[in-house]
Amino acid sequence: MITAERKPLEEIVASVKPFQRILLVGCNECVTVCAAGGRKEVGLLASALQMHFMTEGKTIDIKEITLERQCDPEYVEELNVHMDQADAVLSMACGCGVQEIARRYREKPVFPAVNTKFMGASERQGVWAERCQGCGDCLLGLTGGICPIARCSKRLLNGPCGGSTTGKCEISPEVDCVWQLIWDRLKALGMQDRYEDIMPAKNWQTGRGGGPRKIIREDLAE
Amino acid sequence: MKTESRLEKVLASGNLAVTSECGPPRGALPDKVREKAEMLRGYVDAINVTDNQTAMVRMSSFAACVIIKQMGLDPILQMVTRDRNRLAMQADILGAYAHGIDTMLCLSGDHPYFGDHPQAMNVHDIDSIQFVQMVHQMREEGKFMGGGDILNPPKMFIGAAANPFADPFELRVARLAKKAKAGTDFVQTQCIYNLDKFELWMKGVRDRGLHEKVHILAGITPMKTAGMARYMKNKVPGMDVPDEVVDRMAGVPKEKMAEEGIKICVESIQRLKEVKGVSGFHIMAIEWEQKVPEIVEKAGLYPRPENL
Repeated sequence: MITAERKPLEEIVASVKPFQRILLVGCNECVTVCAAGGRKEVGLLASALQMHFMTEGKTIDIKEITLERQCDPEYVEELNVHMDQADAVLSMACGCGVQEIARRYREKPVFPAVNTKFMGASERQGVWAERCQGCGDCLLGLTGGICPIARCSKRLLNGPCGGSTTGKCEISPEVDCVWQLIWDRLKALGMQDRYEDIMPAKNWQTGRGGGPRKIIREDLAE
Repeated sequence: MKTESRLEKVLASGNLAVTSECGPPRGALPDKVREKAEMLRGYVDAINVTDNQTAMVRMSSFAACVIIKQMGLDPILQMVTRDRNRLAMQADILGAYAHGIDTMLCLSGDHPYFGDHPQAMNVHDIDSIQFVQMVHQMREEGKFMGGGDILNPPKMFIGAAANPFADPFELRVARLAKKAKAGTDFVQTQCIYNLDKFELWMKGVRDRGLHEKVHILAGITPMKTAGMARYMKNKVPGMDVPDEVVDRMAGVPKEKMAEEGIKICVESIQRLKEVKGVSGFHIMAIEWEQKVPEIVEKAGLYPRPENL
């Protein structure tokens, strides 16, 4: 999923301060799962903003709504009925959701209330970690199902650097050395000899190197 | 000979090679480069010039190499994949070779986290093994990584790093094998303090005959103080400093520590000279270049071979 974290309240306050009527829009997908911008967080942020402005002797109108999927035009249409009563939109979705609102409602300022972080997975309750960088040419089949592009601090594709220590990355004891993980996994699979195949330089054209990307499915596109 | 590299000639002659390094200054100070390199004249076969080491901005390795080359000495261009993509790297390799620089060391580089610009994006378009492949292809096939022909291809003698002390240890010989397969001519190792572990690694290297494919220069760094020994033991990732070494440094009075550090370093070289497959030494006297001649002499590595 796409993970996100709420921005500091002061930053959010600064962005919506000039406006009186705020449409606060959550999303029921990824940001709900990572507890950053779902219905619950929308409620919490609305209260926090009301409290903040109250201490400044100001009242603002906040309309709360959480869409099924904010990156999907079909669901964003549901905002139509509320847009006339809003001076600005505050979105708690990932960057995709924010941009979908900006695209649909050109005259309305939209501000992000979360920082979109990465594509990741839940490691345990309350902990999410990066797993994929969307390089567009998946090599997990060669690396025991563990991605060195997303999870090696130096994006090394051919083995651990000289800073790998007791299974940890040189940048922090909190970060696993992904090549230790890959090596352990290759061993468990009896595929150690795979390690000595040189992985050639990556063609980044399938990733961000090729410019903004688009998928067009002729069989589905209208 | 694959190249015009003096280091290649020394290694091919069967002599133990000696290299050392110069960290370029944090400023546009050409005299500082000359001063450091001059200390090494006659005592080493080639001088590594580091590339933004520890991810701190310094004069570029390329520029400092040119200054050293103009002094009639032999620089080794260090280059890290952290700061440049494949276009910039190949461009600099052409430029360096055009200035007569014929030996280089291909590295991934310390993470920006450790340096003075932790905000920087690290590039890592290619990794150190792909980097070796690229330079090798430029030399052997006269082709850029993208496949185009190179006019007057640069013939670089290709070095890489090897750290026998990092984890997983069981992968370290395989990692050297991979570097050899990519086209590495020589490796310079991480600083060796745990000689037993190094010898164990070398045994693995010899068992696979890798010492016959790649020249191995053993990395040596003299300690100045017990504090430095402790720092290297505890703070530098991938460094293996046994307690005995720290204790030995700490066991002498402060004013004798530097001398003890040199003594340890010379003893290590003496012992490593006997290890089959060691082709030479890479003496990294960090901000202590003036001690290199003394180490080289005491270790019986002086004079350096002439007229090769």
